Amino acid sequence: MKLNTFKIGGVHPPENKISAALPIKTLPPPKQVRLLLSQHLGQPAVPVVKKGDRVKVGALIAGGEAFISANIHSSVSGTVLKIDNVIDVSGYRKEAIVIQREGDEWEDSIDRSEELNNDITLAPEEIIDKIKEMGIVGLGGAAFPSHVKYLPLPGDAAKADTLVINGVECEPYLTADHRVMLEKSDEILSGIRVMMKAGRVDRAIIGIEANKADAIELLSGKARAIPGLEIVPLKVKYPQGAEKQLIKALLNREIPSGKLPLDVSCIINNIGTALAVYEAVQKNKPLIERVVTMTGKSLKKTGNFKVRMGSPASILLEALQEELPPGTARIICGGPMMGKAVNNLEIPISKGTSGFLLLDEREARRKETKNCIRCAKCISVCPMGLEPYLLEKLAERRNFEACETEDIVDCMECGSCSFTCPSNRFLLDYIRYGKTNVMRIMRDRR
Amino acid sequence: MSRELTISLSPHEKGNLSVEKIMWSVVIALIPALTASVYFYGIHALRVVVLGMLFCIALEYLIQKFVLKTKVTAFDGSAAVTGLLLAFNVPSSIPWWQLLIGSAAAIGVAKMAFGGLGKNPFNPALVGRAFMLASFPVQMNTWPAPLRKIWESGADALTSATPLGILKEGVRDGTPIADLADKMPSYFDMFIGNMGGCIGEVSAFAILAGGIYLLSRKIISFHIPLFYLLSLAGFTGLFWLFNPVKYADPLFHILAGGAMLGAWFMATDMVTCPMSIKGQVIFAISGGILCGAIRLFGSYPEGCSYSILVMNAFVPLIDKYFKPKRFGKEVDNGK
Amino acid sequence: MNPVIIFPILTLGAAAAGAAMILFLVAKKFKVEEDPRIDDAADFLPGVNCGGCGFPGCRGFAEALVEAADKGNISGLMCPVGGSDTMTEVGVFLGVEVAESDPTVAVVRCNGSREKAPPKLSFDGPAKCYVSHALFCGEHGCAFGCLGLGDCVAVCEFDAIRIDTETRLPVVDAKKCVSCGVCVKACPRNIIEIRPKGRKERRVWVGCMNLEKGGVAMKNCKVACIGCGKCAKACPEKIRAIGLEKNLAYIDPQKCIACGLCIPVCPTGAILATFQPAVKKAKASPGNLEQSKKETGEAAQKGVET
Repeated sequence: MKLNTFKIGGVHPPENKISAALPIKTLPPPKQVRLLLSQHLGQPAVPVVKKGDRVKVGALIAGGEAFISANIHSSVSGTVLKIDNVIDVSGYRKEAIVIQREGDEWEDSIDRSEELNNDITLAPEEIIDKIKEMGIVGLGGAAFPSHVKYLPLPGDAAKADTLVINGVECEPYLTADHRVMLEKSDEILSGIRVMMKAGRVDRAIIGIEANKADAIELLSGKARAIPGLEIVPLKVKYPQGAEKQLIKALLNREIPSGKLPLDVSCIINNIGTALAVYEAVQKNKPLIERVVTMTGKSLKKTGNFKVRMGSPASILLEALQEELPPGTARIICGGPMMGKAVNNLEIPISKGTSGFLLLDEREARRKETKNCIRCAKCISVCPMGLEPYLLEKLAERRNFEACETEDIVDCMECGSCSFTCPSNRFLLDYIRYGKTNVMRIMRDRR
Repeated sequence: MSRELTISLSPHEKGNLSVEKIMWSVVIALIPALTASVYFYGIHALRVVVLGMLFCIALEYLIQKFVLKTKVTAFDGSAAVTGLLLAFNVPSSIPWWQLLIGSAAAIGVAKMAFGGLGKNPFNPALVGRAFMLASFPVQMNTWPAPLRKIWESGADALTSATPLGILKEGVRDGTPIADLADKMPSYFDMFIGNMGGCIGEVSAFAILAGGIYLLSRKIISFHIPLFYLLSLAGFTGLFWLFNPVKYADPLFHILAGGAMLGAWFMATDMVTCPMSIKGQVIFAISGGILCGAIRLFGSYPEGCSYSILVMNAFVPLIDKYFKPKRFGKEVDNGK
Repeated sequence: MNPVIIFPILTLGAAAAGAAMILFLVAKKFKVEEDPRIDDAADFLPGVNCGGCGFPGCRGFAEALVEAADKGNISGLMCPVGGSDTMTEVGVFLGVEVAESDPTVAVVRCNGSREKAPPKLSFDGPAKCYVSHALFCGEHGCAFGCLGLGDCVAVCEFDAIRIDTETRLPVVDAKKCVSCGVCVKACPRNIIEIRPKGRKERRVWVGCMNLEKGGVAMKNCKVACIGCGKCAKACPEKIRAIGLEKNLAYIDPQKCIACGLCIPVCPTGAILATFQPAVKKAKASPGNLEQSKKETGEAAQKGVET
């Protein structure tokens, strides 16, 4: 059978899904959590608690007041220690609320039973409000506040007809979504029904890459009970999990440059988000936990863990009863293609954290850079049809006007070009730099 | 925080393609053609090829080490490919010192003067060949006959004109094509390489084998060779249909001279061909037409190398105006 | 005569005549009237086109000068390379008054050497400060300190700045520096500042840009300014040249008299100077000054340590 995929570009990095067969383990809450105020795209949330306040699990501690922002809830019960700057994934210090844990007392409104609640009683608007209230953001990595996707575009008649659920997990190594699909399939399907109602769509598609055959089989079997839901296996190709590529692969619709999925009548959410929506709407549980993969070839054991937001990444290693392997040269937050290298294991897990990956000296060191031989491999793998070699040169020379005319902002930083480059050039490093500057110039112009 | 942690940007994963791999793959792909020419021209062909490679690598090494004083990358395979291709573009009877001068033009002038690998606007091997053709026209146009012909005739050495040379002379004298046929090698001989010519260009079959190897390794894409040969065939075919007495048929033009070598190995040189597929097609089609035009109307019998050199000059322009198709631009979602 | 010679001569001659005609007409039609003083004024300028004045090259600056001179005042314009002398000459030529201005020089406001701010990480990427800055806080962990990749060196037209191989910090050669300010713009962390050269080359400045609280800053760098304010208190009552903002002290070069009283009181040694504070009362001999000028950065460091 010929499987669907996106048309231009793409690469095939080694999959290395070491932890795919390991069930999700729930970790006990840590002694202290540090909840960043900016765990999502858009404006940081504004704290509503102060030093010394006592909070329960699920209590609102910071409110997302701007249009694109998200609420933040306490993931433990205890006392607010301070509101301070902590080092986040970027290596710079960001504001966070630090809470010292005492016991594990949950807000009474949260339904903690394991029982499946398939009964959707709320109206679409109420569901959207609930998603907003519970601080749900996209769990695929970008952490875009979910409720915004369900609001109609201002002044535009574009209406969604399809809900696309991203179960691709095209990043090598990561297996969190895969495990969620296998272990929480009923909740996910219920969450999808909630989302279909919220978005007022009759059709939903889950796209899953063919390397997760067990998940495809399980979900296909159960999806028959839900009218309008379809499971589509996809050919394995990176970066299929990017929203533009996924919609192209599933529906053959191409999101115009600078537009949103809603412009092609789609709402797109991650599979983990479906679970979070289910828990928020049906169980009244805010987004205070997520599934994170801890992996790496140098680790004796790997695993998938359900952890509280704000826990330090080091609790994952503790849970594996492992030390940081001696040869570790890089700690990566996220997958190897788009993840960020971080400088220690104390950084707090936030809503967008999908996993941690350890690479040793041999895997980590970049090879020596050589001249560009104009092989055009970067062009052939770019899923956005850009010319990475040209953008690199322009960004290096800081010619941002030219970068803009060459559509640098369409780059989604998937890393296919740097992955492929036979001369080991720092293509994406420069492109990212150029893109940041062009975005700033464009913002200033407005 | 341990000292040995490294911070770098994504991607942290790296594919296994490298410049060395690409270059040595090209060398491997040229081995069938080398074998064929050794079979037809004997050990002299091997001598020229080995010398060509040695000269180019040594010159690149010396220039990088002592003139530019940069990091030596002479052994990454690119100099070897240049040397190999330069040797493939000369007759097997070329004296070694002429080859050395050609190599100096190729590596010194065409490549290192522009900044080394990746920065040369023109294909170094072709610049070397053009330089030698201008400097040593006699030696560069003396073609040793294939060994078997020499044995058959019993002579010590024998030269034979290339099919294109025969054609050019014949057309100049007004001889109809049909009458030239007995002087010409058969199409089968041309296909396997049993004729006079440069070392590497004689055997279309061997070149095709090498080209298919490169295609299968995804080092080159099929666009340039295909469209180059198609446009050459189309252009010459048009004249052939119009006047078959004066003009040779397209198959002859594809098999004769350096068209096959040029299309598969010279025009596809990554450094000097356009980046986008659209650009490559434009490049190849224009190159094919130019080659045909030089062959039919120019004073040189062979036009392949010049056609590629001329098109090399247009590459920056082509790159500027023929971009790859952007995702999400000019979208038609059936609305 | 042979037509082979005649025809080329005739055709080429005709083409040349035609081209000359076109050139003549175009030059006539599109002639731009320009003030002849611009060219003359440009002759006074150094002609290195560094852009330090903020105009596109020396000619651009000359245009601006002439325009400003017509309005009677060129005080807002300054050629940092030529300095006061050049400006006076141009002023005399254009017939306007030029106020004396102090010579200036670039100083580096970071002292986080390899030893003082040891690297905790290694950066594997393009060796450009501006890229590195956009991506992470630096090998030393300080989000404000010098990244040591030499963007300032790359842009300097006068070979006046280099990265010390041991400290990995830029060192300004005060003799070569013309304070054009190109390095100031090139530095993504604004570490370099143009300050007056000071009387007898005596300059004092805070070698730190860190805005973090003291404890956080000290974790990364032993010579960070922790914002304790001791220097401000040590500054003589009448001078009050040191201000404190966001955990960082700043010495106002216009007020500072380079007495050096603040240097020994700094608990971290974050205040740098071009002279030994111990010799502040004794008249420094010119030889000593030369010495300290030569070593700028290092001398300052040693001066702080003693």
